[in-house]
Amino acid sequence: MDGDVSTETGSRHDRSPLKHNAVSCEKVTKRFGSELILDEVSFELTKGSFTSLLGPSGCGKTTLLRIIAGLEKADSGDLIMGDPSSKNSDAKPSMAVVFQQGSLFPWKSVRRNVAFGLELAGVDRATIAERVDRTLEMVHLTGTAKKFPYQLSGGMQQRVGIARALALDPDILLMDEPFASVDAQTREELHDELLEIWERTRKSVLFVTHSIDEALVLSDEVVVMGARPGRILRRFAIDLPRPRTEESARILPSFAELHHDIRKLLVRTAVDTFNA
Amino acid sequence: MTKVADDELRTEVVKPASTARTDGRRVRSVTPLKWTVRITAVVVFFIVWQVYASGVSPLLLVPPSAILAAGGHMIASGQLGTDTLLSLEAMVTGFGLALLVSVPLGLIWARYRVVDWVIQPFVMAIFSTPLIALVPLYVLWFGFGFAAKVAIIGSFSFFPLLLNTYQGAVSVDPMYRDVARAFRATDRQTWRHVVLPSCIPYIAAGINISLGHALTGMIIAEFYTNASGLGGLVLNNADTFQTARMFVPIFVVMGLGVLLMSSTRWLKRKIAPWAER
Repeated sequence: MDGDVSTETGSRHDRSPLKHNAVSCEKVTKRFGSELILDEVSFELTKGSFTSLLGPSGCGKTTLLRIIAGLEKADSGDLIMGDPSSKNSDAKPSMAVVFQQGSLFPWKSVRRNVAFGLELAGVDRATIAERVDRTLEMVHLTGTAKKFPYQLSGGMQQRVGIARALALDPDILLMDEPFASVDAQTREELHDELLEIWERTRKSVLFVTHSIDEALVLSDEVVVMGARPGRILRRFAIDLPRPRTEESARILPSFAELHHDIRKLLVRTAVDTFNA
Repeated sequence: MTKVADDELRTEVVKPASTARTDGRRVRSVTPLKWTVRITAVVVFFIVWQVYASGVSPLLLVPPSAILAAGGHMIASGQLGTDTLLSLEAMVTGFGLALLVSVPLGLIWARYRVVDWVIQPFVMAIFSTPLIALVPLYVLWFGFGFAAKVAIIGSFSFFPLLLNTYQGAVSVDPMYRDVARAFRATDRQTWRHVVLPSCIPYIAAGINISLGHALTGMIIAEFYTNASGLGGLVLNNADTFQTARMFVPIFVVMGLGVLLMSSTRWLKRKIAPWAER
């Protein structure tokens, strides 16, 4: 399967040639009962890269993200945080998770939701206030600080969810299908905003999705996974130019090509799995 | 066994969100027409009662006008006020004690598995017992006075509060727990920021039910102890065939019930607005 790995195609003009890993998984295996959810999955999240885990439901993409987030324990395999080869290897990268819709605390105002991580960490009030304001500005939600989640649209709620994670200024952002339940129009707006935020912050992002379009628009790298058992099929380097927008990415011929390749791979795998 | 126990315990628990939904909608969509119809219906009810009661023995049923007159006398003499205060004093004390004990206990029950194992059979047993059966025991223990009333009212209001608090603490949306874990919350922080706020609508629903039970407990307590307060008024006036005077404390209790229920509902909307939709 290693022969399939094709991250080396093309070069990234805007990054140092020396790539560091933010997180790497080595032969991570996970079972729920007798079902094999992840079968010796190995992959690295490159530092400063936007990487998507793409696959059908049941491929274990969310489970993999949850293992990295510390919400689930792998049965076997290694999880290496940071890059052992880099100089200050003992500094573990910090992580924050953006969850699916409905994860905001309904009893907390937008401000208190965004402040959640900082409050837990015992950051002083003045710093929290300043950080929250700045983060809300980043997701274009200035003015909604005093509102409660139930007073916001689904798209706005997800922006708050992103702000809650960004407020911690984490090294790694883990995003678990954050836009799965917003309408198509809003999703495209959110993609543009996320692209803009990524340009500004250059965080290492791991983004779980089942949408090929979404993965292509956002990512530097798309890791395609197959189901039963969950495994990595192939990795695609996405060399669409940045800075990107939904629009600018979609009109490129290479977008259509990549879309076609990934789709073919997913369909073929689904058929193989069905026949097996 | 445990499964059955759980189901049985749950019968008393009101899902806060669903009750709130209908309430909220009713209040918001009320039109002037609806209120006109409603008030007319009440007025018609009293008119029919007035007319019908005029032809019946005043021992069995008295017209509303007679009740109103009797109420006037009882207020003027100060008797109604004194007895209402006496009842309320016992009720507030009993309910307050139940609240103070049941909410922390419900949280501890939800927090520690050992407590759960220990407490389940006891709660099941007592919850399944008609509490009125314990009233003579309370009289034996606490006599005929205030303490017995407080004990009766307290035990009547205790269980809905306990069960609702427990239910609230164990039915925290797992996603919220995930968020807390992902943001590295300690156990204590998780309780403060996630579990306790999740319980608020449940506790509010428990308070609502418990107040109803407390009122029942209050009247029963007054029947079985020294026949004082509003319950005493009902009992004494019925014994002496003063039917009009008997109705007055009944209406007062009714008014108290409506007032308490609607104010807790209002309070819940204030402190847990998110649970309204």
